[in-house]
Amino acid sequence: MSKNYYDAADLRKFSKITDWSPELGNKFFDYYGKVFEEGALTAREKSLIALAVAHTEQCPYCIDAYTKDGLQRGITKEQMMEAIHVGAAIKSGATLVHGVQMMNKVDKLEM
Amino acid sequence: MKKSLKARNNDIANTARQMEILSNGVFASGELPTFAEKIKKTHQFPLRPNKLEILQINLGYMCNQVCGHCHVDAGPDRKEIMTIDTMQLCLDVIKTTEAHTLDLTGGAPEMNPNFRWFVEEASKAGIKDFIVRSNLTIIRANKKYYDLPEFFKKHNVHVVSSMPHWTRGKTDKQRGNGVFDKSIKALQELNAVGYGLEGSDLKLDLVYNPSGAFLPGDQQALENDFKKALKTEFHIDFHSLFAITNLPISRFLDYLIASENYEEYMVSLVEAYNPAAVTNVMCTNTISVSWDGWLYDCDFNQMLNLKVASTVKHISDYNEAKLQDRNIITNQHCYGCTAGAGSSCQGVVA
Repeated sequence: MSKNYYDAADLRKFSKITDWSPELGNKFFDYYGKVFEEGALTAREKSLIALAVAHTEQCPYCIDAYTKDGLQRGITKEQMMEAIHVGAAIKSGATLVHGVQMMNKVDKLEM
Repeated sequence: MKKSLKARNNDIANTARQMEILSNGVFASGELPTFAEKIKKTHQFPLRPNKLEILQINLGYMCNQVCGHCHVDAGPDRKEIMTIDTMQLCLDVIKTTEAHTLDLTGGAPEMNPNFRWFVEEASKAGIKDFIVRSNLTIIRANKKYYDLPEFFKKHNVHVVSSMPHWTRGKTDKQRGNGVFDKSIKALQELNAVGYGLEGSDLKLDLVYNPSGAFLPGDQQALENDFKKALKTEFHIDFHSLFAITNLPISRFLDYLIASENYEEYMVSLVEAYNPAAVTNVMCTNTISVSWDGWLYDCDFNQMLNLKVASTVKHISDYNEAKLQDRNIITNQHCYGCTAGAGSSCQGVVA
């Protein structure tokens, strides 16, 4: 067993997920592949969204994968960083907006 | 300016050392299949030539740049350049070859003192597509090169130029400080004489190499991005973009090892292996000639000193029929030409 919870080399084994449940695994990979095809959004735009979500989900495998994917597509590091800030802004905004719930509760409970 | 691996006596400048690295490690341990094992599975071993289409001649390893990814290990300190006698032998072949494309490369081929004479003589042979691979900055390097755009035009040369990105930072990081600005100026000068314009017969294509340990993305998407950025910011036009994968040899191999990216890069190449690309890989339609007249399956095999497996090995004994009846020499670096949509000096192949 690895001494670490995350091992970069494990990303290469991702496709093995299908070994223990071929039907569900294959359905996932078919879906995944379809999602990233050119559509109403370009594959480039999707790659940047994936990179931002990879950070908000704090998935090291996805960060590695979509940083490399971005470089391959000619996406600049400035564009990648801006995408991450979009994710960070939503993540922090999502935390902060719950402050309204706190305020509502305080207003209800206090005399 | 940095020196070449050879001038620095770097271990990797030794081709035997490069072959050792490519044959050992993950390939010797069986973690990754060798290229021969891989193509055997699809009954494509040994790789054999198709019809000869391209005669690629390397006029020398001297260059005014020292790019970080260069598979030639070219630079100002490299003195190996083709002599006029070897050029004459090449001209004899150009007059009789079945190949429809002549492709001059280097180094910076323009730095060979007999470059212009050779182009003038070769252009008389009636070759359909006459390519010169120009690094662009040579056009701005010295007054004696300023008229190259006019010279290319006069001989209807097809100019293929390196341009790793449409941003200054990425370009200069790979090719050296100031390269981006000089390249932009050179492209504008080529446009000014008619190169690269829509509908123009004066062909100007760009070559994109990834500026690091990753593979090129979709060639068409990259071409669209390059066209948009270069047109908007610099009023530059060009015809096509060729996306070329960096092969793990010479200076790029040195970079991969030094940056601890070698294994992961080889995994990326093997995972992206595309058997359809093998069918049209560049070595199946090309003969590569070195500055000293030796013959190779491709420019990469030339840099690894893997001469053709034929009784004909030198331009002085050139015999096209005999050469076409040979097995192509392959090794693990060949994964670079078969990854994804494939890679060649003419861009994707699948």
